[in-house]
Amino acid sequence: MASISDDRARAAAPGAAVERAPLRLPKGWAYLPLALVLLTFPLYANGFWIVQIGAYSMILGIIALSLMFLAGYGGMVSLAQMSVAGCAAYFFAILGHSSAEAISLGWSAWLTLPLSLLIATAFATMIGLLASRTAGIYTIMITLAIAVAFFYFTRQNYDLFNGFNGFAQVEPPHFFGLDWRQPLPFFYLTLVVSALCYAAVVYLRRSTFGLTVQALRDNQRRMRALGYHVTGHQVAAYAASGFMAALGGLLLVWLNTRISPGTIGVGPVIDILIIAVLGGLRHPIGPFVGALAFVLLDNFAIDLIDRERFNTVIGLCFLAVVLFSPDGLLGLWEEARAALTRERRPRD
Amino acid sequence: MAERSSLSATGLSGARLSGAGVAHALRLEGVSRHFGALVALDAVDLEVTAGERRAVLGSNGAGKTTLFNAITGDFPPTAGRIQFFGEDVTSLPVHERIRRGLRRTYQHSLLFRGLSVLDNLYLAVRGVSRGRYSFRRPRRDDAALRSARELVHLVHLDHVAGTVVANLAYGQQRQLEIGMALAGAPRMVLFDEPAAGLSARERRELIEILRSLPRHIGYIIIEHDLDVALRVVDRVTMMHNGRIFKEGTPGEIENDPQVQQIYLGGGHG
Repeated sequence: MASISDDRARAAAPGAAVERAPLRLPKGWAYLPLALVLLTFPLYANGFWIVQIGAYSMILGIIALSLMFLAGYGGMVSLAQMSVAGCAAYFFAILGHSSAEAISLGWSAWLTLPLSLLIATAFATMIGLLASRTAGIYTIMITLAIAVAFFYFTRQNYDLFNGFNGFAQVEPPHFFGLDWRQPLPFFYLTLVVSALCYAAVVYLRRSTFGLTVQALRDNQRRMRALGYHVTGHQVAAYAASGFMAALGGLLLVWLNTRISPGTIGVGPVIDILIIAVLGGLRHPIGPFVGALAFVLLDNFAIDLIDRERFNTVIGLCFLAVVLFSPDGLLGLWEEARAALTRERRPRD
Repeated sequence: MAERSSLSATGLSGARLSGAGVAHALRLEGVSRHFGALVALDAVDLEVTAGERRAVLGSNGAGKTTLFNAITGDFPPTAGRIQFFGEDVTSLPVHERIRRGLRRTYQHSLLFRGLSVLDNLYLAVRGVSRGRYSFRRPRRDDAALRSARELVHLVHLDHVAGTVVANLAYGQQRQLEIGMALAGAPRMVLFDEPAAGLSARERRELIEILRSLPRHIGYIIIEHDLDVALRVVDRVTMMHNGRIFKEGTPGEIENDPQVQQIYLGGGHG
């Protein structure tokens, strides 16, 4: 019965099916407990957990989500998502206020905010234009090259990017009479942006544009044979994901109140890939799960093993997930659920 | 009745299909395609009238699929000119030729394996209409979605409309391939070995689908199964070593001793 109704549902709505059966995650009201936990989190957590674990996980989750959209749906693995996020952060500092008064223009946040998002999205579009000329491993290589080039450019350019020092005292705008630097407002701001990004990706997946992105992953030659301008759709996918990464970048600079080349170095660039794969690329919740696991390991690996060995721990975790669950932590969830179902069946 | 309504909604009976005023739907003049030293197509001249149904036959390596690739632009010709309904499309990219009403199927199904049958057909319809970049989900009464549902019916895949393509039987994938080629308002369809690998029952179904197409849609079919090819076309073109060496009606071709010698195995016997 279930399969028949599922088929009907899919028939009624394009995009409802993916090659491997979609992850059977809880739906609708089943998310209520999770929503309650997130909404009430600041009530029983201290500032460290609210900001450094909660908000930071969500920010990394947003940037990884932008990669998940490109790679999981579109089959385009871009390592430049952190660079796009960094671009938004940099231009928010350059156009607005920072400690580098000689460089920062001091424009109003109402202008700085959309402009920095726009510039970062344009940057992502240009990356898309370049990367769409490649496929597979070459897309990874070219986006990595762009990320490294952007890192060195920001580190060596003092006129615009203030070189090695970057920008400090970059604070979120004050609006609605609230200081968004405070843990509570910042947590909820991050939560709202995360929820919006998540909802956007869930919605987009079944939109016409989302379907074309998934079709790009499956067969570009057929796309051309149907009348699609393949490069145009690829670039549009980079732009859409770039906008999301830019949102994450703004939140990141508000969290740290600073942006410097270290934020967009090779390490953080690879971290985003690790987070996306760790969580799972088959569902938009994956990057957030991966980000939470990453941040927890980042903060508490020191209790398990020497602080300097964090990369060993995260590397081993990554290896274990890739080896035993190609669908990331979400895949483990599905396997556990399937195992439980198998156990229950005889009793039924 | 159901098919008639499908045809109207999918655009298969659209007004622009007739190509009125243009003598030839497709005209190739001296089309060649070289791959290094290999001459896959050698100065091919071909004319197909609007609404005509043509078979292109020949042994393996005769250049049939390369001919299709040259026409669609997948592998543009290295020499010669291609006109589609009077317009020179030689230098147009693939998607522009498709938007002018040219469609094709592939020898090996090229489908979106991660999407459902309905998704595939919806994308096929959307590819030649507006809203290709739409960030909105299609409404239930969306014209393209409605056309896709009707195409599902046209190619006899109603019972698997929601099934992911990767889970379809081979024959069903071939039927879907045909459905995708019929999306929008095709003026000419190139079928590349649509019967390959099909069972006898599926071949009968294929013949039924091809015969039920509106007369104003011309097509060219490459097919090794003569039982299929000769039953669904008006004329036949024979190819050998990248050249066209004979044209005629199915009856003429079937009884031609030279054709039998080259194509039906006499030469190898």
